[in-house]
Amino acid sequence: MINTVNRELEKALQQRTGQKVRDCYQCKKCSAGCPIAFAMDLVPHEVMKMVQYGQERRLMRSSTIWLCASCETCTTRCPNEIDIAAVMDGLRQMALEADETLGEPEVGMFHKSFLGGIKYTGKTNEPILIGAYKTLSRRLFDDLGLGAVMLAKRKIKILPRVVKDRAGMRRIFDRTEGGPK
Amino acid sequence: MSRLSFSYFPGCSQTGSAEEFGLSTEAVCAALGIDLEELPDWSCCGASSAHMTNDLLSIALPGRDLALAKKIGKDLLVVCAACYSRMKVAQNRILSDEALAAEVEAAVGMDPRFTGRIRHLLDVVANDIGMRDIKKWLRADLAGLKAVPYYGCLLVRPPEVCCCDSVENPTDLDRFLKALGVEVRPWSFKTDCCGGSLSLSRSDIVEKLVNRLYVQAEHAGANCIVTACPMCAANLEMRQQPGKLSFTVVHRMPVLYFTELLGLAMGLDAQSWFKSHLISPLPLLKQLDLVN
Repeated sequence: MINTVNRELEKALQQRTGQKVRDCYQCKKCSAGCPIAFAMDLVPHEVMKMVQYGQERRLMRSSTIWLCASCETCTTRCPNEIDIAAVMDGLRQMALEADETLGEPEVGMFHKSFLGGIKYTGKTNEPILIGAYKTLSRRLFDDLGLGAVMLAKRKIKILPRVVKDRAGMRRIFDRTEGGPK
Repeated sequence: MSRLSFSYFPGCSQTGSAEEFGLSTEAVCAALGIDLEELPDWSCCGASSAHMTNDLLSIALPGRDLALAKKIGKDLLVVCAACYSRMKVAQNRILSDEALAAEVEAAVGMDPRFTGRIRHLLDVVANDIGMRDIKKWLRADLAGLKAVPYYGCLLVRPPEVCCCDSVENPTDLDRFLKALGVEVRPWSFKTDCCGGSLSLSRSDIVEKLVNRLYVQAEHAGANCIVTACPMCAANLEMRQQPGKLSFTVVHRMPVLYFTELLGLAMGLDAQSWFKSHLISPLPLLKQLDLVN
C-alpha cells in the first residue's frame, strides 16, 4: 500500500540524471511500447509513478530496472520528454551503490564480468566475458553447444586483445570508481 | 569529389565475434577510396554495461577514444551501432558540460573535447557518396535477395544524437539496399529491440524477442535480415541455434551486415566473410548465383 509520499527519490534522480519524473502524467505510452514489458515485475509507467511516490525500496529491488534493455523506445516517445531509459540507469546505479540485493542478480553479474574484462584488458574479449560470467553465475553448462559452434566459426578468439595502455585503463576505473569492486 | 578521410574506431566486436563486419568495412572503404586511420591503441566504449552501472565511467571510456580522435583531428568513423551511440552521447555530454569534461579529462589523462564529427558508415554512404553515385561502384546485381532492413535500437535512438532520417520509420538502410538491387520487404519491426544486452543473462527473454523478429521477417517474405549492429547480428544468429530454443520453430534465416552486401555488389572477394556466420548465408547466395 502506498500511504506516504516522499520526494527525496525524485530529487535524487533529478540530480543524478537531469530527468524530471514529476512531469510524468501517466499516459502509459512507455509501457505500451516496451519490448520487455511482458517479463517485468513493474512496467515502466508504474516505475515512474513509484518514483513520484518515493517508493525507493521496491524500486531498488525490482527486476524491471535490470530487465530494461535500454532500447530507448520509451525515451523517444515520451510526450513530456522524460528520458525514461536514463531514469532506469539512475535507479540501477543507486541500487548498486546502496548494495541492494538485485532483482536480477545474473544481469548484475553480466555487467560486472563485462566491465571487469575492460578494466584489465581495455577491450571486450568474448572468452574472458563468458568465462567470468559463467564463474560468477555458476551457470557453467549454459550454451555449451553454442560455444563450441562459435569456437569452430572463430567467433570466439582464444587469444585476448589487450590495449598497450593498461595503466591508463586502470586509472579510468579507479577515478570513476567503476567496474567490479 | 575530394577523397574522404576519417580516423577510424573499429570497436571490439569488429575484431572479435563480428570480424566479418570489420573486414568487410575495411575492404569496402578501401575500394570506395575512403581513407581510414585507425585510432592508435583504442579501447572499449563500455557499451550498455557502463551506462547501466556508472555514469561517469560510461562517458570516460568513450572519452578516451574521443581524446585519441582529437589528436588525429579528422572526423571519426564508427561502424558498430552501439559504439557509435556511446561515442555520440559521450561527445554531446563532454562538449555541453564543462565540469563533466574536466572530470573525464582527469580520468583519461588526455583532452576528450573532440569537436569533429562522428560518422556512421551508412550515413557516409547515404549522404557523402549518395545512393545514386554508389551505383557507379557496383559490379553485380543482388537480384533475388529479399531483405528486411533491421536498424535495431542504437542506430536510430536517441534521435538527438543519431543519424537516421526518421526515428520511428527510418529509410536509410531501405534506400541503400534498393540501390544495390536488393528487394526490400516491408515490415513493422525495423527498430524493435532484440534484447542484446540480456543475451547471456536472460536468454529466455531474448529468445522470445528474436523469435518474433524471425517470424515477422518470414511473414514479410524476406530471405535475409540486414543490419548495421554487431550486437543485433550476434543475438539474432546465436539465439536461433537448434537445440537451444524453447519453441518449436527453428529458423535458418541469414543475418548480413550492410557492408558485406555492398562488398558483394562491388565485386569484392566476400566469401571469407560469409564463412564466419553462425547461420551460413552461402546456401542462399549460391542458390541465387551471387557467389560461386
